Amino acid sequence: MAARVVTITSGKGGVGKTTLAANLGVALAMQGQRVVVVDADVGLRNLDVMLGLENRVVYDLVDVVEGRCRLRQALVRDKRLSEFFLLPAAQTRDKSAVQPDDMVRVCESLREQHDFVLIDSPAGIEQGFRYAVAPADEILIVTNPEIAAVRDADRVIGLIEAEEQDLAQLIINRLRPDMVRRGEMLDIADVVELLAIDLIGIVPEDKAILISANRGQPLAFSSDSSLAGRAFHNIARRLLGKDVPFITLHEPGVLERFFRFVRSGGD
Amino acid sequence: MSSDTITIKGIRKGLLVTLGDGNWGAELRALEARLGASPSFFRGGRVALDVGARELSRSEVEDARALLTRHQVELWAVVSTNPVTEAATQELGLVVSVKTDLGLPHPRGPESALEEGEEPFVEGLVVRRTLRSGQDLRHPGHVVVIGDVNPGAEVVAGGDIVVWGRVRGMVHAGALGDEGAVICALDLAPTQLRIAGRIARSPEEQRRKLVPEMASVREGRIVAVPWHGSAR
Repeated sequence: MAARVVTITSGKGGVGKTTLAANLGVALAMQGQRVVVVDADVGLRNLDVMLGLENRVVYDLVDVVEGRCRLRQALVRDKRLSEFFLLPAAQTRDKSAVQPDDMVRVCESLREQHDFVLIDSPAGIEQGFRYAVAPADEILIVTNPEIAAVRDADRVIGLIEAEEQDLAQLIINRLRPDMVRRGEMLDIADVVELLAIDLIGIVPEDKAILISANRGQPLAFSSDSSLAGRAFHNIARRLLGKDVPFITLHEPGVLERFFRFVRSGGD
Repeated sequence: MSSDTITIKGIRKGLLVTLGDGNWGAELRALEARLGASPSFFRGGRVALDVGARELSRSEVEDARALLTRHQVELWAVVSTNPVTEAATQELGLVVSVKTDLGLPHPRGPESALEEGEEPFVEGLVVRRTLRSGQDLRHPGHVVVIGDVNPGAEVVAGGDIVVWGRVRGMVHAGALGDEGAVICALDLAPTQLRIAGRIARSPEEQRRKLVPEMASVREGRIVAVPWHGSAR
């Protein structure tokens, strides 16, 4: 059974791509999947830090691409889980070191040993974005409920559609229900209406995310402790084809309306 | 608008500009006048230049490219039936093309749309998708979009623009100078609306009831009128 290659991208920076890659990876692995997360942000690597694996990085993606090591040597195993690996980015190089074909080749090899290959895309729409989406079977677009982030998400969806890749699914990250209620933040309906793609997850703003990232212990490890942690696990379950209702973020009834945007289980 | 014999058509890869039979210098001046008259229509566009059977040297083709570049238009292909012109074009690294390669949007009978001497009828282009941020559509004729025009997207048309959906980006009708052009949409809430040389923004009011509207120029201003179904 070949793995699914899922790229997490956004256009705009700082919306939470790396946080989602780390937490979704952990959540999927906790649900018994064999997962590898690939840090595609060559030159600005973060995923290793967020996973608390920085001190175990020996080789990286660029070493694999340029043939200085075998793929297996570059994979860092996370001992907290049975089947969870990181393929780190190079920090001393830049995006020009990797071509879309290279990513496709690396992912083809990773497919054999895993169920999920999650690619953490760099921000932007240039080379780094191009090689991050090149091997993708599925694409998750991360946005925040703010105009600039939604505009950039729209741009990225347009580029993906132009390549005739599979339609992307949407994750709205850092939602603050209190601000939405006061009309100070775009609400989910506005975002979904504009972007017109399936919604697969809503993650509330939660300072526990920042704290856990600084500790190198993604929030998803303790799935019951917070709304955000549950949201990550719910996205993972939806990726696995399960029909999971959206969490009601202190706004009973409001979010259920978006149930219909979720792709129901199976194909 | 002008007495020159230049025709402009929208093709899949940009615009096809067909020059008249006058001498090269005069045709370039006529082209310059066209570019200068509608800068916002041409700026950032790509042009294939149909020069017919005339023989052009490399420097003459370069003159055309420099002229277009000055107006921020990219010359990417030259359409010619003359081998000398083709060779000159190739030396400059441009595409040498014949009309049939250019992917006209609505292939009809052979050359029927290109008959000499006929008043060119205005072509329409139907686009059945949502235009997203960063995407743009330019067409010298009318444009129909079945889908939305999102913020950050642009539609620029020589003729009318009809959107069966929401308009939130920038739409420019009559971009070649036609003040009689109109813009119709099911929900007209653009970032900016332009007709010919006039520019308007959407009023900053709260979201009103969704009603189709048609915008046109009246007494020198762009005015949007709601469609109520009965009035006509």
